[in-house]
Amino acid sequence: MIAHQPAPHYKEPLLKSPFHERARALSQVDSFVPWSGYTTVDVFTTVEQEYFAIRNATTLYDLTPMIKYRILGPDAVDYLNRLVTRDIAKLKPNRVAYCVWCNDAGHVIDDGTIFRLGDAEFRLCTAQRQLDWLLASAVGFDVHIEEITETVAALAVQGPTSCAVLKAAGLSGVEALRPFDIGYFHIGGVPVTISRTGFTGDLGYEVWMAPEDALAVWDALMAAGRSRGVRAIGSQALNIARIEAGFISPHVDFISAEQTIRTGRDRSPLELGLAWLVNFDKGHFTGRRALLAEQTAGSRRRLVGLDIAGNKPAHNALVYTNAAGRREIGNVTSAVWSPTCKRNIALAMVNSPHYKLGSTVWVENYLNRELVWERRMSRAEVVERAFFAPARRLATPPADF
Amino acid sequence: MEGQRFDVIVIGAGHNGLVCATLLARSGRSVLVLEAGMRVGGAATTREFAPGFRVSAGAHLLHLMPAQLQRELGLEGHGLRLAGSRLPTTALLAEAAPLAIGPGAAGYAEYQIRMARYAAALVPLFARIPPRLGTSDWSDRLALLRLAWQIRRLGRTDMRELLRIGGMNIYDLLEERFTSPALQGALAFDAILGTNFGPRSPGTVLTLLYRLAAEANAGATGLAQPLGGLGALSESLAKAASAAGAKLMLSAPVARILVADDRAAGVELESGERFSAATVVSNADPKTTFLRLLGARHLDAGFVRRVDHLRARGLAAKLHLALDAAPRFEGLAAERESGRLLIAPSMQHIEHAYNHAKYGEFSDHPIMEITVPTHLDPALAPPGGHIVSAIVQYAPYALKNGWESGRPAFLETALACLERHAPGLRRSVIGAEVLSPVDLEREFRMHGGHWHHGELAFDQFWTVRPVPGAAQHRTPVAGLYLCGAGCHPGGGVMGVAGRNAARQVLHGA
Repeated sequence: MIAHQPAPHYKEPLLKSPFHERARALSQVDSFVPWSGYTTVDVFTTVEQEYFAIRNATTLYDLTPMIKYRILGPDAVDYLNRLVTRDIAKLKPNRVAYCVWCNDAGHVIDDGTIFRLGDAEFRLCTAQRQLDWLLASAVGFDVHIEEITETVAALAVQGPTSCAVLKAAGLSGVEALRPFDIGYFHIGGVPVTISRTGFTGDLGYEVWMAPEDALAVWDALMAAGRSRGVRAIGSQALNIARIEAGFISPHVDFISAEQTIRTGRDRSPLELGLAWLVNFDKGHFTGRRALLAEQTAGSRRRLVGLDIAGNKPAHNALVYTNAAGRREIGNVTSAVWSPTCKRNIALAMVNSPHYKLGSTVWVENYLNRELVWERRMSRAEVVERAFFAPARRLATPPADF
Repeated sequence: MEGQRFDVIVIGAGHNGLVCATLLARSGRSVLVLEAGMRVGGAATTREFAPGFRVSAGAHLLHLMPAQLQRELGLEGHGLRLAGSRLPTTALLAEAAPLAIGPGAAGYAEYQIRMARYAAALVPLFARIPPRLGTSDWSDRLALLRLAWQIRRLGRTDMRELLRIGGMNIYDLLEERFTSPALQGALAFDAILGTNFGPRSPGTVLTLLYRLAAEANAGATGLAQPLGGLGALSESLAKAASAAGAKLMLSAPVARILVADDRAAGVELESGERFSAATVVSNADPKTTFLRLLGARHLDAGFVRRVDHLRARGLAAKLHLALDAAPRFEGLAAERESGRLLIAPSMQHIEHAYNHAKYGEFSDHPIMEITVPTHLDPALAPPGGHIVSAIVQYAPYALKNGWESGRPAFLETALACLERHAPGLRRSVIGAEVLSPVDLEREFRMHGGHWHHGELAFDQFWTVRPVPGAAQHRTPVAGLYLCGAGCHPGGGVMGVAGRNAARQVLHGA
C-alpha cells in the first residue's frame, strides 16, 4: 500500500515551514531561497556571524524541507538492505545510519540517513524526492512507504554548547545520547524525538516534532539558549561547516545517477570516497555486481580533499598535474576558505592515480580583481576530506558550558 | 548445498526446455528436467477435454520449428509423425463463399514474394542469439553489421520499401495493396494472432515479418498437424531428451531457485526437496523466473522494474468442442476442411473486436483460427466424433467482471459465431471447453496467460527481449539462464530459444 501527501496548491508554489513565522521575524537581510518546495532562509544576519555560532555556540537550523519517508512492514529490513549499500540488519532500534543508494550500474542516486524507530519501522531522510526509486525497489517486498515530509517538523541544534542548551531546556539525560543515538524527550511540555546527528561535523542534535508543536519548541530552545549564544542560521553558514567536515552535497559534489544526461557523469560510492559505506558481504543490494567489478578494476577517480595554497577559494576550478596546466585531471566541486582551520580547502574529483593522499596537484583559479580577471595556478595537496573533526563531536557525555 | 547434484537443472519441460535439455545432455552434462505438471510439453500438449475426445490444449499447429532442429533431435526416430502438412488457409465469410487464401487472389503472389524476401533477410539474425547493444565486443558489433548488410543487400528498392513499411501498421499496408476486405482480413490476421494488437496498432507489419521469418526459418512443411496432436511432438522431444541421458521428473513444481555466493546453486521443489546444480536453465516465463522463483532480492531494482513492466497480458482464448458429427462449414470444399479456417472477414471487423478488449470486454463478433484436427487424425475422437480446436480473439486477461461469469458468455458468443458459418454445429456439440488467458495461465503456468511469455512488440524484440540484461539467455545471476518463449525469438512451438540457450550455456562453460 502506498500513500503520499498531495502536492502544494498552485496558488502557493512554495510552502512555509512551521518555523516560518519565527524565521521571518529574525531575518534581517530578507534572504530566502527555495528548498524542496519550501521557502527557507539563506542568511539571517551575516554568514560570518552565523558560521561562528556553529563553531562556538549553538545554532538552530530549520530542517523541515528535508524529504522524509516512513518505511515499515515485515520486509522493511530486507527492503532497505537491498536498497542501500550498508548492512541495515546491523542497525539497532533507536540508532541512525548514514547511507547511500545506487542504481544497477553502482552509481549513487542519493545519500541520506536511516532512522531505525522500531523492529520494522524506519525513517529515511534524503535531500531529494525518491518515491519513484523507493517504489521501484519495493517490487517483491512487503513494505509500506509513505512520504511524511510535511507531517514531521525538524530543527537542527548544532554547536559546542548545544547539549548544554538542550539540558537547560529541560532535556535531562540528553547528554547520554551517543553519536547516531535516538532518544525521546519533552521540550516545554511537547514530545520530541532527538537524534544525535547533523551536517556540521560538530557536536549537535536534530529535533523532530509534530508541526503544531514547532513554534513552542523553537521558543523554548531560544529561551534556554540565550546565555549560551543561540542563534538561527541559514543555509550558507551551514554549507561552510559541511565542507569543513568533508560532507558531500547532492547536485554539488555529485549528480544523482537517475538524473544525469551525459554518460560518464554518474559517480559510484567508491569514487565519492564512501567505500566504508559499502558492505559486499551482507548479501545482494542494487549495484553490488557493478561495484564489485569497479572494486576489482580500480576506480578511475575519487572525491578527495584539497589543501590549496593562498586564501582564495577555488570555486569550480580545474585540477592539473603541474603548474603549466597541460594535463587536466579533475575539478573542484566545493571550495571555501575555512575560518576555523585557517586553510583554503576544497572537495575535488581527481583522476587515478593522482587522488592518492599526499599527491601534489595544481588548481587553476580565476580571480576577479575589480573586474579584471587574473588566472592563478595554485599548488594543492590531496588530504583527508574531514578538514575539521573536533573531538567534541564524538564525546559522550559532551562537555558542559 | 544438500540434495542430489546435477550439472544442469532445467525448470519446465516445455518444448524449449526439452530441446535445451537434450542438447546439453548430449554435450555430456548430467541434466535434470523438473516439470510442475503431470505431462511434458507445457502449452504443446494433448489432453482429454471431454470423455474420449482429446485435443492440443494450447498450440494446435506446428509450423515454426526448424526442420533442421527436428532432424538434429531425431524427432522422427522418437515417434513424431505428421498427420498433415502444408495445410491450406481458408477465410470463412458470412455473406459469400469461403475464400481460399493463396496465389489465386489478385495481387497476392507479388505481395507474398516481397514479404518473403524481407523475411528471408531477417532469418539469419532471427535464428541467432541477439547481440548486446553498446558493448565494444566484436561479436556484438558483427551481429549489428550483419543486420545492416542483410537489409542493404536487398537492393535499393527493397531496402527502401522494408524501411518504409517496417514501422507501419498492417492495416495501412494492406489498404495500399488490396481491395478485397476478405483478403485483407485474412492477411491481417497473421499479424495480430496471439498479440495485444489490432490491425491499426503500430508495429504490426513487424510482427507479421517476424512470423514470416520464423516460418522461413522453419523450412518446408508449412502449417502441419502432428499425429496425436502437439502433445505427440512433446512426447518425441521428451524421448529425445531421455535418450540423450536427461532425467525427467513430472509433478515436481519448483518453489524457488537457490542462490549461493551470488550464483545459481540449485532449486528447491514445493515439496521441500532440493537439487543442486551450478547451471539452472529456466523454461518458465521471465516474470515467473525472476520475480517468483528467484526473487527480487537477488536482483538490482532497475532490472526488477524492467521485468515488472514487461507486458505479458494474454488476449487469446482457446475453444475446444466435442462433436458427434463432422462440422459442415457452408460452401467449404472437402479438401480444405482439414486446413486452417479463419473468421476475420475484414480488417475493420478485427479492429472492432479489438476495441472491446481495450476496455476489458470481449466482442460479440470475435475472430478465430479454427482447425478440425479429426479430419486428419480421427483417433483424437471416438468413432464418428470430431473435435474443433479454435483460437478465439480477443479475450482480455483482465475481463471486466472476471472469467468465472465471463466463460459461459464467451462460449455462447463463440458458438453463435461458429453457427453462422456452420449451421447445425451447435446441435452436434456434446462437450465444450473454453480456456481463457486466466485458465491458460493456471494450466500452463504462463504469467498473464500470454503464449509468447511476453508481448512480441518492437520494445520487447530481439536485443531487448525479454529485458535488457537478460536478452542473451544469461541473467544477472551467474549460472542462471532463460530458455523459454520470453527470450528471442519468442513462442509458437519453435524450439529456437531452447537451442540458443543450450548454445549459450555451452559457450559460457
